[in-house]
Amino acid sequence: MEHIPILKVGNFLLVTIQVDMHDRLVMQLQDDICQRVIKDKAKGVLIDISSLEVVDSFIGRMLGTIATMTKTLGAETVVVGMRPAVAITIVELGLKLENVHTALNVDKGIALLQSLVNGGEVLYDSFEK
Amino acid sequence: MILLKSDIRAVTNSDDITLVRQEVRKRMQEAGFSLVDVTKMVTAASELARNVVVHGGGGKVTINVIDNDGHIGIQLIFEDEGPGIPDIEKALQDGFTTGDGLGLGLGGAKRLVHEFSIHSEVGKGTRVEILRWR
Repeated sequence: MEHIPILKVGNFLLVTIQVDMHDRLVMQLQDDICQRVIKDKAKGVLIDISSLEVVDSFIGRMLGTIATMTKTLGAETVVVGMRPAVAITIVELGLKLENVHTALNVDKGIALLQSLVNGGEVLYDSFEK
Repeated sequence: MILLKSDIRAVTNSDDITLVRQEVRKRMQEAGFSLVDVTKMVTAASELARNVVVHGGGGKVTINVIDNDGHIGIQLIFEDEGPGIPDIEKALQDGFTTGDGLGLGLGGAKRLVHEFSIHSEVGKGTRVEILRWR
């Protein structure tokens, strides 16, 4: 069975998607992240999609579902690194990603996670001054 | 109008959806489309290929690169012999879904291309044609 690696970094889980995901891999990732949030008692999940050349409605729905599921388990999810062409495309597609936090890159994503987890207090020093 | 290249690919399972995305990307890059054009068309292809697999019970896609008086275009024709769509107007509306999806597939794909046509007959199948000019 294929899996996308999930790395533990402090209280957070880091998921870097580096392949063009087929639908089964998408579903598997959803399951894996939930299992790991529980096992590692993670407070946040960072999903890096900078290698993803396409985000269609299926992958968009998966990102939304992961965000909702992890929230239910007490962890926030931030999606980072969306390519400009992907951002342009999903707006026209009609995908809203309303319940998903997003940030420009991993650094800013970690900063956002820190602030979400610590109730608005930014501990990680990476926001633009 | 000259047909520069034409490929037919089976679309039967979720792996094929990935392969269709890759093939469309390759053809468009060869034909010199911009990155945004490629991303839009590949996304539309992914939605329509998934429809063929999930709703049409499998089918095929024809990938054509065409030249209309020096105007290069990519045309995709998705065909299945599934149950067909009883109400196409409804199926094109955002949020309408018979499965558990977001209901963005058809309407979303239509917005991402320059030309879109759909023909469906209940009990016979569905044919969706999309085209994007360079």
